[in-house]
Amino acid sequence: MRWFWIDRFEKFVSGKAATTLKNVTLGEEPLDDYLPGYPHYPHSLMIEGMAQTGGLLIAQIQDFKQRIVLAKISKAHFNDIARPGDQLVLTATLLNLQDDGAIVEGKIDVAGKRLADMELTFAILDESYGEASFFMPGDLCRILRSLNMFAVGVKQDGTPIDIPQEMLEAERFEKPIVSNAPLPVTS
Amino acid sequence: MANSEEVFDKVRAALVDALGVDDDEVTPEATMVGDLGAESIDFLDIVFKLEKAFGINIPREELFPDDILTNASFVKDGKVTPDGISELKKRLSWADLSKFEQNPRVQDFGNLLTVSDLCRYVESKLG
Repeated sequence: MRWFWIDRFEKFVSGKAATTLKNVTLGEEPLDDYLPGYPHYPHSLMIEGMAQTGGLLIAQIQDFKQRIVLAKISKAHFNDIARPGDQLVLTATLLNLQDDGAIVEGKIDVAGKRLADMELTFAILDESYGEASFFMPGDLCRILRSLNMFAVGVKQDGTPIDIPQEMLEAERFEKPIVSNAPLPVTS
Repeated sequence: MANSEEVFDKVRAALVDALGVDDDEVTPEATMVGDLGAESIDFLDIVFKLEKAFGINIPREELFPDDILTNASFVKDGKVTPDGISELKKRLSWADLSKFEQNPRVQDFGNLLTVSDLCRYVESKLG
């Protein structure tokens, strides 16, 4: 299982806002054990899905070179539960961006009805937290293509966002990472 | 111009919201880190909420003089030098540095800021 709690990007405006979709299905593992006999999608995973949407919105601004982590759930208010068959529409709006962090407002709708409101604070890690990247650039490039980000992503002037050159090169030469196989050794 | 009580009420609301503390915990003497449990990432949230509540712009270095505290000409053996203290006083004219001055260890600076310091800072911005 990979830690993806969004299925694809629907809209992406660089440095401003992003909308993703998440389809809830009965076949998903988290629904088995969360509340047996009453399957619904865990609220914590909706927050994680928003963190992924917002985190990628922030990371794209500096060509995915910064390491962004969810630091704080400032607010999360749910009006309902999400059931199998529901399609979650997650909208992350960047409220504030600083050198060391960012604040994102998140809204989740299902069939036009507001399911959740939240506010998330992200930290942008500096070198005091080490220098290792969270992702291999080629692998990240493939993930973002799978998530449809480059197909829908635009800059604020409406022109398409660029795929960073080093990610494109890495995508050509890096071997795809399969499940938990060790990372390729480079020298 | 907002009076001190209005400023305090709005600062308190921002801190309650950002830190999840109770209204009555936010007293003027409470320190942000020691008493209210603020962590470094909380300050991003607090600053954002104060900017919104008061319609002001808060440059980070006005509240957090890291450049002074990491400047070798203002710090010696982990303590802020007299020159450094006078630089801090210039920059943070709204803060009560009297206790810090007695033993100005850089590591203690983070726990200096109180709620009333923050209120005085906001008032200085409102003019």
